Amino acid sequence: MSTVKLTVNGKAVSVDVEDRTLLVHLLRENLNLTGTHVGCDTSQCGACVVHVDGRAVKSCTMLAGQAAGCNVTTIEGLAKGDELHPMQAAFRDNHGLQCGYCTPGMIMSAVDIVHRHGGKLDEETVRHELEGNICRCTGYHNIVKAVLDAAGRMKVAQAAE
Amino acid sequence: MGVEGIGARVVRKEDRRFITGQGRYVDDVKMVGMSYAHFIRSPHAHAKVKGIDSAEAMKMPGVIAVLTGQQIVDDKVGNLICGWAITSKDGSPMKMGAWPAMAPETVRFVGQAVAVVIAETKNQARDAAEAVVVNYEELPAVPDIKAAIKPGAAQLHPEAPGNIVYDWHLGDEAAVKDAFSKAANVVTLDLTNNRLVPNAMEPRAAIAHYDQAEEHYTLYTTSQNPHVARLVLSAFYNIAPEHKLRVIAPDVGGGFGSKIYIYPEEMVALWASKKVGRPVKWTGDRSEAFLTDAHGRDHVSKAELAFDKDNKILGLRVKTHANFGAYMSLFSSAVPTYLYATLLSGQYVIPAIYAEVIGVYTNTTPVDAYRGAGRPEASYLIERMMETAARQLKVDPTELRKKNFITQFPYQTPVIMAYDIGDFHASIDAAMKAIDYAGFPARKAKAKADGKLRGIGISCYIEACGIAPSKAVGSLGAGVGLWESAEIRVNPVGTIEVLTGSHSHGQGHETTFCQIIAERLGVPISQVSIVHGDTDKVQFGMGTYGSRSLAVGGTAIVKAMEKVEAKAKKIAAHALEASESDIVIENGEFKVTGTDKSIALPMVALAAYTAHNLPEGMEPGLKETAFYDPTNFTFPAGAYICELEVDPGTGKTSFVNFVAADDFGRLINPMIVEGQVHGGLAQGIGQALLEGVVYDGTGQLVTASFMDYSMPRADDLPSFQLSHTTTLCPGNPLGVKGCGEAGAIGASAAVINAITDAIGNNKLEMPATPDRVWHAIHG
Repeated sequence: MSTVKLTVNGKAVSVDVEDRTLLVHLLRENLNLTGTHVGCDTSQCGACVVHVDGRAVKSCTMLAGQAAGCNVTTIEGLAKGDELHPMQAAFRDNHGLQCGYCTPGMIMSAVDIVHRHGGKLDEETVRHELEGNICRCTGYHNIVKAVLDAAGRMKVAQAAE
Repeated sequence: MGVEGIGARVVRKEDRRFITGQGRYVDDVKMVGMSYAHFIRSPHAHAKVKGIDSAEAMKMPGVIAVLTGQQIVDDKVGNLICGWAITSKDGSPMKMGAWPAMAPETVRFVGQAVAVVIAETKNQARDAAEAVVVNYEELPAVPDIKAAIKPGAAQLHPEAPGNIVYDWHLGDEAAVKDAFSKAANVVTLDLTNNRLVPNAMEPRAAIAHYDQAEEHYTLYTTSQNPHVARLVLSAFYNIAPEHKLRVIAPDVGGGFGSKIYIYPEEMVALWASKKVGRPVKWTGDRSEAFLTDAHGRDHVSKAELAFDKDNKILGLRVKTHANFGAYMSLFSSAVPTYLYATLLSGQYVIPAIYAEVIGVYTNTTPVDAYRGAGRPEASYLIERMMETAARQLKVDPTELRKKNFITQFPYQTPVIMAYDIGDFHASIDAAMKAIDYAGFPARKAKAKADGKLRGIGISCYIEACGIAPSKAVGSLGAGVGLWESAEIRVNPVGTIEVLTGSHSHGQGHETTFCQIIAERLGVPISQVSIVHGDTDKVQFGMGTYGSRSLAVGGTAIVKAMEKVEAKAKKIAAHALEASESDIVIENGEFKVTGTDKSIALPMVALAAYTAHNLPEGMEPGLKETAFYDPTNFTFPAGAYICELEVDPGTGKTSFVNFVAADDFGRLINPMIVEGQVHGGLAQGIGQALLEGVVYDGTGQLVTASFMDYSMPRADDLPSFQLSHTTTLCPGNPLGVKGCGEAGAIGASAAVINAITDAIGNNKLEMPATPDRVWHAIHG
């Protein structure tokens, strides 16, 4: 067992976990942040994507101990209170989700994609960048629309700040 | 229509919890004192279980129990059932091998559970499972249809000689023979419909709790039909009487058919929770999903289509071998028979049809309904036949289809179905226009100049949804009725709860069903809640599959609403001192027509519950229930056209355009309908290009992870161009047909027809990987 200290959604936490614990299990089992999901066991599906120090990371690919001292944001920490993140709002407005299981990881990846590409996103880039997130419900059509829509909204929000 | 009524593109009410991480799936649930189950599964496709030694495992930290197949048999937990009885052509019943929840003596597929470890933590259960020693005596295995039906093949079940489940047929063999004898042309084709893994993104999970004082069980489970689960667990598996068993299916992360069935893991969790006196949680991982979720499709067929000299179809003859896997799953028997052969007429006038279906046991994971269930197999077969015929007869494939379309409705096919309504010309015309069919030859020529092989492929599908009426399916062997229920509670303050027996696992019922209420009452959807997925809350219902929730479940809501409205109108008329027949409902108010007198819904509801001044003899309250049994299947239909390019150097396929023109009858929420089509198309395209289960010669599943089984990803798919043509379904008051499966039913033939058109070689099986396409081009 080890004690892992990290910041999750802006809150400092200290968690005792087995050394083999993955970050996703620390979040789900120890912190009850069940918005981050597990959809596979080979780091393929992306349902578990969170932000670690501002970068999208598959939290099933990282030991909890490796996140010591890191700043982790999960889907639960993305909205500002009642105000949805533009990506969350775009997923809702474009019907970018159905069963909702892949959605948290999809949204966290998508935010990172927009951050990395700025406003210069096109459909092909979005599709290529989402390759690490599997959705079985939507056929990606409306997810791609949502990401492009959110990229515009985030640009506007950034300009306003 | 109101802003939130029928036809409005309302954003989904359920989305907020999903986009903020507040969805509540089974694995998110925790119980006080919860223990964890880990199953020990057979590494062999066929073997005798000679002994299980758990002595070392029991000494490991946190281990509560190791329970075996023999114990579950000793405790008289029932074997798994198949709920649809099929009779072979010789009159004998289907041959069902026994399927205990954990194997006491013989394992018949890789991944079949033989024992379970219950421990304090998930990791402790997993560690201890490593220490359980199972002694197997390996037996020869049959990994596919061909091996299973060979003379002298290893036998799976003593009940099923030759590994044959049934040898069934449908249609008029003599009439077909006669039709072929008169044929000017005959087209034949051998087809394989590849085996798929449904792969809902949420793996299956179960939490079982036994309350000793009340002798009552609670099961949280990833189910599409919690009431059916309770019924089966109670009546057939002897877990508990129904009133002592609560089944909850909370948020469920996709199903596609794979979560219809009641699997061994739920049974074992319930049984174990009483045995160890603790809540037991099991969460499958993806590898377990590949090994144990019911697979889909897996047909091998030979088809022959006879034409007269004018290219009119005379007859169709089909012989199909359907792989069942090692055991008969819950609805497996119906899928390659009544959900398949009954749709072989497609959209065409085919005077004579004869289909033979031979069900085969193999040492593989059981096969059952997966999105479309039998209908994709039928549609793929007839649409590849039509395309092949057009090429052989040297006519345009759209012209050949149009020449043979059914145009008069109702239309009785020779294979049971009576199509109620449709307009197949409208769909294909819409699709042809959308893709600029006339301009294709020029585009093909241009692509050729660029070194690319361009092809266009058409698929005109029809399907049967609702999977009802109950009396009809009962006469065909179904063990259950397929009606649906609804209860509508108007609360004393005028808010409304709709309790539905259907279950949403991505379909958006919490929005669509509210829109039906909003349309009728003129109230905002925020005043309406949809309640589903809990047998303690909701009256018995049949669940969600077969694109039935709106056509059957939605109609039940309408029927219950009619009763609510009738009573509310009486109350309103009494309060307003008007005649009941003069009351109309508008914008949440009950008005006396032609006057300015009105009373708002909350006041009517309050009057119903205070009961201070109700019409003479009226019972208090405003709550009504309806059970709706449809009069026919519904028949969604449409035309899909795919245009693509193949790189002859690599065999890689790239989409140029994919258009879909569907007729689903009336659309309640077009946005949600489009989403359903997108998802279905992705699964159909996945089958055509990417997905395919591979077993090796010993029955090992080679494609057992997302690294080996190619799921469609965002960059594998195009954006889709959708449109709708509409004939209203005459069989239900909403005029709706169902849209959940269409994409998966129609898409695969369009893709393969396009590739074979591009490469000029019709010998191509799914998935059409670059490797297969390259070899089809270059030999």
